[in-house]
Amino acid sequence: MIVEIGHFALALALGVAVVQSLVPLWGVSRQDRALASVGSMAAVTCFLLVALSFGALVVSYVRSDFSVENVASNSHSTQPLIYKLTSVWGNHEGSMLLWVLILTLFGAMVALSRRSLPARLRAGTLAAQGLVTVAFLAFTLLTSNPFRRLVPAPAEGQDLNPILQDLGLAIHPPLLYVGYVGFSITYAFAVAALIDGRIDAVWARAVRPWTLLAWVFLTLGIAMGSYWAYYELGWGGWWFWDPVENASLMPWLAGTALIHSTVVMEKRDSLKVWTILLAILTFSLSLLGTFIVRSGVLTSVHSFASDPQRGLFILGILIFFVGGSLALFAWRAPLLRQGGLFAPVSREGALVVNNVFIATSCATVFIGTLYPLVLEMVTGDKISVGPPFFNATFVPVLVPLLLVLPLGQSLAWKRGDLLGAAQRNAAAFGFAVIVALATVAVTQGGPVIAPLGIGLGVFLVTGAIMDLGERIVARASGWPAILSRARGLPRSAWGTAFAHAGVGLSVIGIAAAAWSTEAIGELKPGERLTSGRYTIVLESVTPRNGPNFRAEVARFQLFSGNRELAPVEAAKRVYVARAMPTTEAGIRTDWLSQAYIGLGDTQPNGAVAVRLYDKPLILLIWLGAIVMAFGGALSLTDRRFRLAAPRRATPSPVAAQPAE
Amino acid sequence: MRRIAIILVLGLAFAGSARAVQPDEILPDAKLEQRARGISGGLRCLVCQNQSIDESDAPLARDLRILVRERLTAGDSDAGVRDFVVARYGDFVLLRPPFNIRTLLLWAAPFLILLTGLGFIWRRGRRMTTSVGVVAPLSEDENRRVDRLMQDDRG
Repeated sequence: MIVEIGHFALALALGVAVVQSLVPLWGVSRQDRALASVGSMAAVTCFLLVALSFGALVVSYVRSDFSVENVASNSHSTQPLIYKLTSVWGNHEGSMLLWVLILTLFGAMVALSRRSLPARLRAGTLAAQGLVTVAFLAFTLLTSNPFRRLVPAPAEGQDLNPILQDLGLAIHPPLLYVGYVGFSITYAFAVAALIDGRIDAVWARAVRPWTLLAWVFLTLGIAMGSYWAYYELGWGGWWFWDPVENASLMPWLAGTALIHSTVVMEKRDSLKVWTILLAILTFSLSLLGTFIVRSGVLTSVHSFASDPQRGLFILGILIFFVGGSLALFAWRAPLLRQGGLFAPVSREGALVVNNVFIATSCATVFIGTLYPLVLEMVTGDKISVGPPFFNATFVPVLVPLLLVLPLGQSLAWKRGDLLGAAQRNAAAFGFAVIVALATVAVTQGGPVIAPLGIGLGVFLVTGAIMDLGERIVARASGWPAILSRARGLPRSAWGTAFAHAGVGLSVIGIAAAAWSTEAIGELKPGERLTSGRYTIVLESVTPRNGPNFRAEVARFQLFSGNRELAPVEAAKRVYVARAMPTTEAGIRTDWLSQAYIGLGDTQPNGAVAVRLYDKPLILLIWLGAIVMAFGGALSLTDRRFRLAAPRRATPSPVAAQPAE
Repeated sequence: MRRIAIILVLGLAFAGSARAVQPDEILPDAKLEQRARGISGGLRCLVCQNQSIDESDAPLARDLRILVRERLTAGDSDAGVRDFVVARYGDFVLLRPPFNIRTLLLWAAPFLILLTGLGFIWRRGRRMTTSVGVVAPLSEDENRRVDRLMQDDRG
């Protein structure tokens, strides 16, 4: 019964979304307030209906109702409860429902936000958001219905894919979706502004918190996915330039550019045309990502949803929303008036430079991802564009930007002084050079570029700290004055510093990967293997069974030099329902570094194949991302952008917390 | 989304255990082995897509890894080994696409886009400098007019 209620609610939501996408615009054009405000009501109703529907699916999973086809093919009665829950989005249909849930959640949040939005802007935004909702609800209902029944119902389910039975992966998709889908609001704002023909600082200020919110979640989602790949795939890699990874990186890059360009728009009422375009492109890239993943069009390890009907449907959605908005853009953008002016050497100018470089890096990923597909369609030639290509193009484009980042961040608004900015950063730069030189002295081997990378990262971190110091300490005397200045500094300034320092931390972590070492060996109990700073001794290999898997657990003593660390266990599991093996890497965190043990096959002579990695400073890669996201969240709590309470002097507890 | 996907397929394609390079494949000569690892990192596993043969558990990847090591032991140069594999499987096997007429656009595009963007902001910058007029100080005549206006204002 509850399954049918869920199905019915979903269909009803589609109807409500149609209302949401049409009535507000009609109301605006007729100057009818009552009609225009229908959008808010519809958006909230739509969300409640989709939430009801989602809840129904959750209930069927928790109850292991195998009469529902979706549950039967993706769950099992012996699964722990947590994985029964996460099975809901561990499959195509359920993850689409989650997509729509978040889409409508954002719609409802815009409808309910107490920020004073111009009525026309709110109505237009809700209408555009409604249209996206219609498309994806129709997609879900017509091609990916999670509520289809199975007659007769099987006695047991087929289990969730074992590799998905992991806590990291349980929270990865929701984070990523909030990011992806959050950009739909930015898109809706852009479309509404184009229809309305008015784009100004008010628009920029209204859009910025939504962009930040989506960006924070996307950052965390990507980092989570990367960490998951690192520990689950068993060979210690953390980024593969896989099309599906690129699909999430592109909107992230475009979103990063958007965050920076809206600052200029807000301050100077300039860069309007570009910002609107960027807002459209960011969500378009999210849609493209959805298309890539859902259609399996790109030859990728991910092509699990390679159902042509679904692929075509999403391609249709993609063409309609990207093409439609770009056509609207081409038609209306020339009407936008150029705003305020600023000197080339200024904070605004630096942000423009930032946008050029980030947009280029995004385009690089885009071209690298789609080029093989296009080439094959045009000439029939098959080529591969793999990590070596991206390392040779993406990195050189991004590094110059990071090098000048601290300079840009300390330039004054409107008209800056390059020499002054250079002087302010001289100390940070000097410190970075010293650290890079020290790195060369301390380490052996590794490519020349690695110490430079470390230096760059240190420059970014110290540059961010010094910039804060400049603003707080340099113009105050005595502790009370410093404290009050620190408190008086806008949260967005703190956010900027944190985000930029986070980039620096990630850069350090990535550069340090050059010194990671690997050793492969066959071990019998009592034998040892050394890689870099770490040595392991195999203690025992014992069977151990979980609720829905059998496992073979290898236990190792771990030494760093002569110091003994806590023992590590690595395991191989076989999930019974699908007879599918997985590996659980043994990882011991040693401050910011990790010892990483991957378990291979048992050899005929009884020894176990083992790979041991020494991964120096590797945690900084993800820690940097968390710091970045924290910076974004701090910025979000800035008084100017607060979603709930527009004017309150004390920090609000409602304000967004960094979601870790 | 991407991760879910990865896994679903990874799980089906190869059964997930960390088998990539197996101990019995490793060459006794450490230098040669290191070269072999370098080469295999750039060769695509043809059956599993988007993984290098160095990372893959697929049997074909293992065969290729062994092939690479055989060629190296036989005295081939790194480029020689790569050419040998490309001759068998085509450019598709290279994770770093070769630079030729078909990939010209691919390799050039990032730098063309960057140059275009920089050129654009350079032009914009010049336009702004002239229109903001921030650099030109007021002339004598203008100074006098300002004084006059200020006095008018006060009066």
